[in-house]
Amino acid sequence: MASLVRSWIPLLILQSFLVAVAFGSKEAEQFSEALLLKPLPDRKVLAHFHFENRAPPSNSHGRHHHLFPKAISQLVQKFRVKEMELSFTQGRWNHEHWGGFDPLSSMNAKPVGVELWAVFDVPQSQVDTSWKNLTHALSGLFCASINFLESSTSYAAPTWGFGTNSDKLRYGSLPREAVCTENLTPWLKLLPCRDKDGISALMNRPSVYRGFYHSQRLHLSTVESGQEGLGSGIVLEQTLTVVLQPETTSVETNMQPSWSLSSLFGRKVVGSCVLAKSSNVYLQLEGRLGHESKNVDTEIEAHKLWKNADFDLSLKPDRVLRESSGLLFIFDIDKSSDSEPFDLGLNWKLPSKWSCQQAPLQASRFLMGSGNERGAIAILLKATESQEKLPGRELTDGRCTIKANIFQIFPWYIKVYYHTLQIFVDQQQKTDSEVLKKINVSPSTDKVSSGMLEMMLELPCEVKSAAISIEYDKGFLHIDEYPPDANQGFDIPSALISFPSHHASLDFQEELSKSPLLSSFKEKSLVRSYTEVLLVPLTTPDFSMPYNVITITCTIFALYFGSLLNVLRRRIGEEERFLKSQAGKKTGGVKQLLLRLTAKIRGRPIEAPSSESPAAESSFLSTKLIFKIILIAGAAAAWQYFSTDK
Amino acid sequence: MKARVFQKLIGKYMSEMGAEVYYQKFHPEGNQFHPLHFFSGPDSYTLLDNVSCASYGVNVAGIIRAPRGDGKESIVLVTPYDFINGGDYEALSLGITGTLFSLLARVTWLSKDIIWLVADSRYGDYRPVAAWLTEYHSPSFKDSDLLKCGELNTADKFRRAGTMAAALVLKVDGRSERFEDTLSIYAEASNGQMPNLDLINVVNYLAVHRQGFYVKVEKVVSLLSSSWLKIIGEIFEAVGKLAHTLNPDWNFGIPTADYLEGSATLASSLYSQALGIPTGPHGAFRDYQVDAITLKVSPRFPPDSKTRQHDFFLRGAKLLEGTIRSVNNLLEKFHQSFFLYLLTSPSKFISVGVYMIAFALLVASLPMVAASLYIDGCKALNNSTLNPAGNFKSWKWLDAAKQVFALHLFGLIVTLLPYFICQVPGQHSPSNRSIMWGTTSSSLLLITFATIPGCSPFSSRRHGTNWAVLKSVTISAAFIGLCLMSIINFATAEIGALLLVPTCLIVQPIKPALRSRRIKSLLGAFCSMVLLTIGFPVMLFAISKGLFGEGLVGLSLGGEFWTWLESLWAWKSATYLYIGMVHLPCWLLCLCILFHPS
Repeated sequence: MASLVRSWIPLLILQSFLVAVAFGSKEAEQFSEALLLKPLPDRKVLAHFHFENRAPPSNSHGRHHHLFPKAISQLVQKFRVKEMELSFTQGRWNHEHWGGFDPLSSMNAKPVGVELWAVFDVPQSQVDTSWKNLTHALSGLFCASINFLESSTSYAAPTWGFGTNSDKLRYGSLPREAVCTENLTPWLKLLPCRDKDGISALMNRPSVYRGFYHSQRLHLSTVESGQEGLGSGIVLEQTLTVVLQPETTSVETNMQPSWSLSSLFGRKVVGSCVLAKSSNVYLQLEGRLGHESKNVDTEIEAHKLWKNADFDLSLKPDRVLRESSGLLFIFDIDKSSDSEPFDLGLNWKLPSKWSCQQAPLQASRFLMGSGNERGAIAILLKATESQEKLPGRELTDGRCTIKANIFQIFPWYIKVYYHTLQIFVDQQQKTDSEVLKKINVSPSTDKVSSGMLEMMLELPCEVKSAAISIEYDKGFLHIDEYPPDANQGFDIPSALISFPSHHASLDFQEELSKSPLLSSFKEKSLVRSYTEVLLVPLTTPDFSMPYNVITITCTIFALYFGSLLNVLRRRIGEEERFLKSQAGKKTGGVKQLLLRLTAKIRGRPIEAPSSESPAAESSFLSTKLIFKIILIAGAAAAWQYFSTDK
Repeated sequence: MKARVFQKLIGKYMSEMGAEVYYQKFHPEGNQFHPLHFFSGPDSYTLLDNVSCASYGVNVAGIIRAPRGDGKESIVLVTPYDFINGGDYEALSLGITGTLFSLLARVTWLSKDIIWLVADSRYGDYRPVAAWLTEYHSPSFKDSDLLKCGELNTADKFRRAGTMAAALVLKVDGRSERFEDTLSIYAEASNGQMPNLDLINVVNYLAVHRQGFYVKVEKVVSLLSSSWLKIIGEIFEAVGKLAHTLNPDWNFGIPTADYLEGSATLASSLYSQALGIPTGPHGAFRDYQVDAITLKVSPRFPPDSKTRQHDFFLRGAKLLEGTIRSVNNLLEKFHQSFFLYLLTSPSKFISVGVYMIAFALLVASLPMVAASLYIDGCKALNNSTLNPAGNFKSWKWLDAAKQVFALHLFGLIVTLLPYFICQVPGQHSPSNRSIMWGTTSSSLLLITFATIPGCSPFSSRRHGTNWAVLKSVTISAAFIGLCLMSIINFATAEIGALLLVPTCLIVQPIKPALRSRRIKSLLGAFCSMVLLTIGFPVMLFAISKGLFGEGLVGLSLGGEFWTWLESLWAWKSATYLYIGMVHLPCWLLCLCILFHPS
């Protein structure tokens, strides 16, 4: 393997040199991989895989790629995507224990199912068409039913509530989409080394999907070159965030479990992806700053950072960075090989406890009311303990305030009455003008488009809780609008709560290395959190009812026509004459009747020879048959007529 | 103080298992009679102005989040527990649920969140659960005084876990009389609403075939020993056997014992549905369209025997785990068709398609008889009166309708009277209140008879309404009332029809019958007298009490009747409305016909 790598490297260098010469661009395509590990306060471990692929701006025609996935670049060119993010998530992010105020959680805590948003670089009139085409393309690319977002009832165009101010932004989410390896495989295909080499080799499917939270994300943005004749470059960022429970043998409940990469994933890293420019592993430890001195210059001090009374690491970190709330150990995996695989382990010696930084307000959303007719949606914002310490408070008119944006999509069958919006702050009802700074509402149209609500709340800093409730009526769906799945109810997608005046970033005290993961952490990102998905039970008709109706209608028709025809066909005068003539000779009538009755009761056919001719019987049968066919055809026609009126 | 310690202990136990714990305070005062609250849904949390901190209950609830679930749905486990004087049996129910809860906190197969509610049953079983559900579904965001009571701060801690898929209430009480552990299932919620049959079936199947419980549902015990039912049962058995010998495919014969059991269970099922009062805390869930049942387990050993406890815990928790697993694995809701049924045993039921036939046949005679009586009455009127006003043939029924309407109005007023009687200042005993109610109603009745001409049965005017037309309109009114009631609460309508239909059909003026002195008419008059006596609501109440084994006479009967009605309206039972607005007026009208001066 190593020899193979060694023989490849010069070739690659030559190739990249050739590429640079051939296209005359200043920089080549770059790929970098990174893995961030982070123990969580509730005895779990977060693993965050980060892959970045950069394609520099170049001539727009005749484009060839070496590292960058062609599928993505074609997507960008065809649909003129300016920025796009697609995420597949399973499980819920625990804001209380896993944090809500660091870049990791604000970027990677996603709603359950699929979420997609995209900004397009096309004229306003073509945005919707581009969006529809994009959903279909992505649907094929990722083996997911993203094409359901094509329907105008499932996406919305947020103006400012989403965080990105653009009128060419489209947003949609599918809470019901199940995430599985089927979606991960095409995602891995976009990586130059797939999951064969480097950090991505750790992605053992069973261990990845055994986790408590699993979110795979694909973010791409185009970078304008600013030069004439040059197209735009693309930055593709692929992340996979998993929260795993290390297997522990310790019985002590307050002891953090010790783990290593091989115990978490069942695999080890053997060397980096040869195509990657940088491949690093980071270990972030939060809440351990207290006992260190300022200077870590001396070897002993540095050594103490990773081998001390609390814990020790199995490998020596290449660098140690400090940020405001903890330590970051950096490991370079280039040195590892087959004989000496990279297997980072963390061994806790003493029980330790810390808490994550939380978003200023914790949001939860629930349904109110009972019955199938109407209800209300309530969003509850509760102050967290860390609220006072956070920066980002604003002074408006001498008052200290926190701003919170709420962005919510309502499907059309949730007919929201926007005038019923009620806001309570600390159990006191407030008028809209007191707390509502901005509001943007686009009502839904039945069966055409979904409704959208964007609100900016301005709450006092000392707020303990705030509640927003809004009432709705449940709509009736047409029979063919029910999905063919099991009837569980209908979903309301997650609401997005963001805090425009709060930004999360990691603040390193030392100068940065060129790692894309760290630079993305250093950038200020908007603090946002998604609420739960809600399930609304709608009135569901009994779908076996049409069958019952058809049966009963046919019975009634048959009875009616049968008796009518009987009455019409009968000639009473003839019958009476016949009976009179028969009256004299008839003797054994009663006896025959009795015989028939007993035979019927015993369930045996009558042995008596039938006197009727078979021809007469067959003709009778055929009229009966024709009659039946006509009846059924009539019922079918009637059914067709009634079911297709719209 | 003891209660606080217990609550904290349970909360600590839950949070050690990894659950999210919170406490909820509630006020024990709940149901108050309001005449307009019968068909409204569960009202939002109406806060009383003068909340006293002296008495309030505290519910403890814990939520286990499903590790990979999406948090859209949840399953609720309820164990009522009296924190002050809870006995050993109640502690056993806590034990079973606690065992199960600690298991569920560790499993990976959960897809719905699990809520465990330890309801403070000092104030009854129902009220704490109802209070918790109200807070869950329609919280008041306003400030409440209750939150400030006591040292336990519960503000803003209430947590939710999505739409409820099903709820199970577990209670352990008493020792089993049988050799096996006994499991009783209670399912009836307010106004005869039932949970989905599938839930009962799942529990019954797991209890019988997996855990070896003896499963039973409530039955009328006195019916088991009644000889006439036994005779009918024997006849059925004989007929069944005969049919089987005739044709081996006919297997409808059942043993007499089964027939007796089935009838007793059916009677009890019909009675509890007709009463419209929930038979346990599960009733509170039905108001929010959540399927719920109460499981009452009676162990066969005394609660302090440690050796048996282990086995009992294991089997109880296994039964609950199986049920939860079944609901958890279900992606869809229970099928919508199985809500209308009557139980004849834990594993057998009568579906709506079958039991509607009996009612329909009973009621179908009413419009026909009404039509024929109307034609007869019109003919009689035409013969007797020869004035020109007789041209208005189609308006013959108007006089009778006036009377019927007046008496229905009277019924409505009588129905609403208790609300005003409750407003009378001062403390009154139930029997005093019933006397007040009786006197006001009868004086109102006299006023009605006096003011509306032709209404009174004692007026001697010959040109009053023809009794046949009156009976025809009465029957129509009874028909409409019964049909409406059958939609709201079928069991009430069924029992009501059993009483009202024969009375309405048989009743005839007594004077001509006495005059004619024919045996047939005398018998008819006697029958109608008997039926009318039975039909009086108070009398009916006394008879049903007698059936259930408590004899009552005199004034205490009035008091009991009042308390019974009070419980009916407290539970928002539509049966109360039925008695006041359909049964009572029709009964009075029948009385009018009986004493009609024709």
